[in-house]
Amino acid sequence: MSFIVNFPFFSIILAMFSGIISSALNGKWAKRICILMLGIVLGLSACVLYYTVETGTQFTYMMGHFPAPWGNEIRAGVLEGFMATFFTLIMILSVLSGLGRIFSDVEPTKVNLFFVLVDMMMSSLLAMIYTNDLFTGYVFVEINTIATCGMIMIRQNGHGILAAIRYFVMSQIGSGLFLIGISLLYDITGQLLMVPAREEVEHIISTGAYMTPFLLVIGLISIGLGIKSGLYPFHSWIPDTYGYATPAASAILSSLVSKGYIILLIKIFYRVIGFKNLFQTHILDILFVFGIIAMIMGSIDAIRQRDARRMIACSSVAQIGYIYMGIGLGTEAGMVASLFHILTHAATKAMLFLSVASLYEAVEGKTDYDSLRGVGYRNKLAGFTFLVGSLSMVGFPMLSGFVSKAFFASAALESSTKMYFTWAALVISTTLNATYFLRMVVNIYALPQEGESVRGHYFLEERSPYTKTNGFVSIALIGLNLFLGMFSNHVVDLLMKGLSMF
Amino acid sequence: MMVLISSHLEEMTAMILFGIGFTMLLLHKNLIKKILGMNIMDTAVYLFLTAKGYIYGRMVPILTNGITDASAYTNPIPDGLVLTGIVVSVSSTALMLALTIRLYIRYRTLDIDKIVMEWRKEEELP
Repeated sequence: MSFIVNFPFFSIILAMFSGIISSALNGKWAKRICILMLGIVLGLSACVLYYTVETGTQFTYMMGHFPAPWGNEIRAGVLEGFMATFFTLIMILSVLSGLGRIFSDVEPTKVNLFFVLVDMMMSSLLAMIYTNDLFTGYVFVEINTIATCGMIMIRQNGHGILAAIRYFVMSQIGSGLFLIGISLLYDITGQLLMVPAREEVEHIISTGAYMTPFLLVIGLISIGLGIKSGLYPFHSWIPDTYGYATPAASAILSSLVSKGYIILLIKIFYRVIGFKNLFQTHILDILFVFGIIAMIMGSIDAIRQRDARRMIACSSVAQIGYIYMGIGLGTEAGMVASLFHILTHAATKAMLFLSVASLYEAVEGKTDYDSLRGVGYRNKLAGFTFLVGSLSMVGFPMLSGFVSKAFFASAALESSTKMYFTWAALVISTTLNATYFLRMVVNIYALPQEGESVRGHYFLEERSPYTKTNGFVSIALIGLNLFLGMFSNHVVDLLMKGLSMF
Repeated sequence: MMVLISSHLEEMTAMILFGIGFTMLLLHKNLIKKILGMNIMDTAVYLFLTAKGYIYGRMVPILTNGITDASAYTNPIPDGLVLTGIVVSVSSTALMLALTIRLYIRYRTLDIDKIVMEWRKEEELP
């Protein structure tokens, strides 16, 4: 039983070491090690989740030989276990389905490096989820940024490198603000571990000293991590990065990377600053306003795109907006809705990016709107996956998107001033979502035009070699989406339990 | 006011440097200057941490002359953070320089706006 306490640490270090080993291997072996590692990490995370749910406890794990106020710690509760399990699952599915494309998009001598990046990213995501130490959080945020940057530019063309550099500049601005925020916090509290820092924060609040630096700290940390996760005014890098990377990388980037930062932010909000103290500072109102603008502007941007992958990328901006709006509501229910939306978005976006990549293959790599006409008949499974993903994003009942929208709407009830804004934004954003997603769905299921060969419209002459694993992954992701939609009460119970432990 | 300034000279310098670096990183068109800005920004944070971590009259945390009283030494953690931060900043600078070299070889310019314009042109071609 107590052996499970080691598992969070094992999973982080396992991911890191498999990255180091893979750098000396060829692509095939790097792939095997990566998938094996992800499988083991999934098992370990599931054990952590099971253990924390069964015993109803949380645990901290001391790293090194220095006890609490000095050393470094890992902490795991229900929320951490659940998020780690879920993120690993999405990571496995994304890597599996993009496998063929990875080998064709990346130079043959550099394929192993892609898997090194996946390993590093997994380890940094796990560390961001589990860490109980602010500076460790910062270090792994940086590792995650570098791994992300590598993933964007691994397709060696001008687009990828330019997208990577734009991402990196924005990301460094975010990291800089986050770092100075942590330094200031360390300056006024004298602690880096979350639990002692929390006690000092309570002390600061009760004496009223250092209130201005404290406000600055909250602002810097929120804006820094907001920039890194692509909150609205700082989202300019999102369409390029998600639009040009290899499909597996796009799926990983949009569904996991930005979410890792949000989880870290929520963790800092609850475990260092304290949600009540946070509520009094009105920083949440700023996040709420940015979130609402993002929901609408992201969707408007998406309508203007002709390339389906850029459209999905712009839609990510809107979905990040939903998450920040939920956090900005400042209630427990809003936070649960946000966490649920993180899950929804991760499951759905991975599905959309992967199915669009397969649809592109069915039209020989063309990416514009008109070439995709009727492609849903030629690659039926990818078309169906895209359909389910779109319906989920729009908010079709039984799918996860519907549930998260319902949670947002009911969470807004608790806040009288923000209620109408939330509802209005939800209505507008859902309408816009429906406009561009359903337009695309209608387009890919369009009937043949006059003069076009009917057989060529409905059937594909040669099946692409990548559709083999794609089937399994598509069905798994659809299943995950349905699970989140139909058994949302179990998931929400877990999230609530996790939040109450914070 | 003057007392406040003179007693917080390092912190103020650090904040001004942070502002300069931040603005350069965000607004400068030249990629090399962006990298310089990034380094100034990071260095400002290290200056801030070091200044805050040092207490006048105390020694570096290395056992000297057999004095074991902790109050004679400064806290080693801020210095440790600075060292970690330097490692992070070195690796991100290296990555950004490598990317800049790649872009320069391809587009023969360091101006990011020109690169974006070239890229748009490539985009419009089939």
